[in-house]
Amino acid sequence: MHISEGVLSGPVLAGGAVISAAGLALGLRSIDYDKLPRVALLSAVFFVASLIHLPVGPSSIHLVLNGLVGLILGWAAFPALFVGLVLQAVLFQFGGLTVLGVNTATMALPAVLGYYLFAPLLRRDGKTAPVVAAFAAGFCAIFFSAVLTGLSLYFSGEAFLGAAWAIVAANFPGMILEGLITAVAVMFLRKVKPELLGMRPRVE
Amino acid sequence: MSEAASQAAAQAAVRVEPAPTLDNALAVGPVGRLDPRAKLVVVFAYSLLMALAYSPLMAALGVLLGLGLVAWARLGWKVFLSRLVAVNLFTAFLWLFLPWQLSLGQGAWDLSLAYNPDGLSLALLVTLKANAIFLALLALLGSSPVNDIFHALAHLKVPSKLVTMFLLFYRYLHVMRQEYQRLRQAMQVRGFQPGSNLHTYKTYAQLTGILLVRSLDRSERVYQAMLCRGFGGTFWLLDHFSWRRADTGFCLVSGLVLLVLALLQWSGISWN
Repeated sequence: MHISEGVLSGPVLAGGAVISAAGLALGLRSIDYDKLPRVALLSAVFFVASLIHLPVGPSSIHLVLNGLVGLILGWAAFPALFVGLVLQAVLFQFGGLTVLGVNTATMALPAVLGYYLFAPLLRRDGKTAPVVAAFAAGFCAIFFSAVLTGLSLYFSGEAFLGAAWAIVAANFPGMILEGLITAVAVMFLRKVKPELLGMRPRVE
Repeated sequence: MSEAASQAAAQAAVRVEPAPTLDNALAVGPVGRLDPRAKLVVVFAYSLLMALAYSPLMAALGVLLGLGLVAWARLGWKVFLSRLVAVNLFTAFLWLFLPWQLSLGQGAWDLSLAYNPDGLSLALLVTLKANAIFLALLALLGSSPVNDIFHALAHLKVPSKLVTMFLLFYRYLHVMRQEYQRLRQAMQVRGFQPGSNLHTYKTYAQLTGILLVRSLDRSERVYQAMLCRGFGGTFWLLDHFSWRRADTGFCLVSGLVLLVLALLQWSGISWN
């Protein structure tokens, strides 16, 4: 879900850059040097996972997983998603340099929101609360990313209103799919590596 | 059966997806020899100018300049065409929607559509701008290996923590991708067929989970290895570029061209 270069207006680009710069600063401050390799390698996995295309009916959807990124990394979601977007610009010229700010913000803000809203619920005992919270985190991350993408188009010109609605509508299957994937992945991590979710490690 | 033979049998049974390499080839032309720092600065200034352009003629000039750069970089047709298509999927989507004015009525779902000729010219402008920037990015950034670009960022005073993260991310991206491909192959050997069903989605979610767990374990070993080599918060860079006269020339000419373009755009000359 990213916007290519040349579409957004100057003020929107500047706004995105300011928000992302602040998020990056906060995110980098939250990573100690001994945690740097950890965040970098997790980012690498998220990048690899985003290259996976899942079949949905006759078409396919590629994963974004920003909900899961937020649940695991918190504010570090900003640098984690940013490095991926920079690499995409450098490798595939997908997105570009001036829209980096907007694209990072539209993906990372919902991730951080999910961290505050849903991450505490993942550590609850039982199954229902974590499953529902994880699904909601995955679903909301894509939903809010689509809404923010639509809004940045709309603020660039009212003529984009139709396209903005279309983006939100087109991402609806993705929201459900990401909710599902996030829920299963979170339940897997709870069993295998609870410390990734900020829980106490399992005692053997 | 020998190991090689069993490997060959496994490969025959599994159709391995061809994986595109995750790096840029060093361009053969003169652009490949330019200093990545010079290219980064120029492409950033160019992107900024084009992103703020508001006249179709200016954007069209940008496309011509970009085409010239791509031709100069000699990257090959295949790369050029495949990425051109990818970038223009988004602009094609805008062509579908921009010519129609959507207006909100009283109720939330009370929408009406009307033909809007201004939308059509906006679609044209946006397409030209997007392509102008894409072409310059392809010619200038697509002609340097990714590691060179990250090193250049460090030399351009991007915060070192961010650059260290870039370098580690990029280094282990390939490792995690290989890990993914091995797991994927193992799944195929066991008869996994992806389809639109819950089983497929659960399997991919668990695959992602395994990759996350493995990356966490690996990151601990990586950090210990870094400590062994004396890591104390500074990630020493090994690539230092040598600035040549050609780089100065490239920056001067580009600066001049950008200045002329900016003057043309904002000098109040009517373009219509």
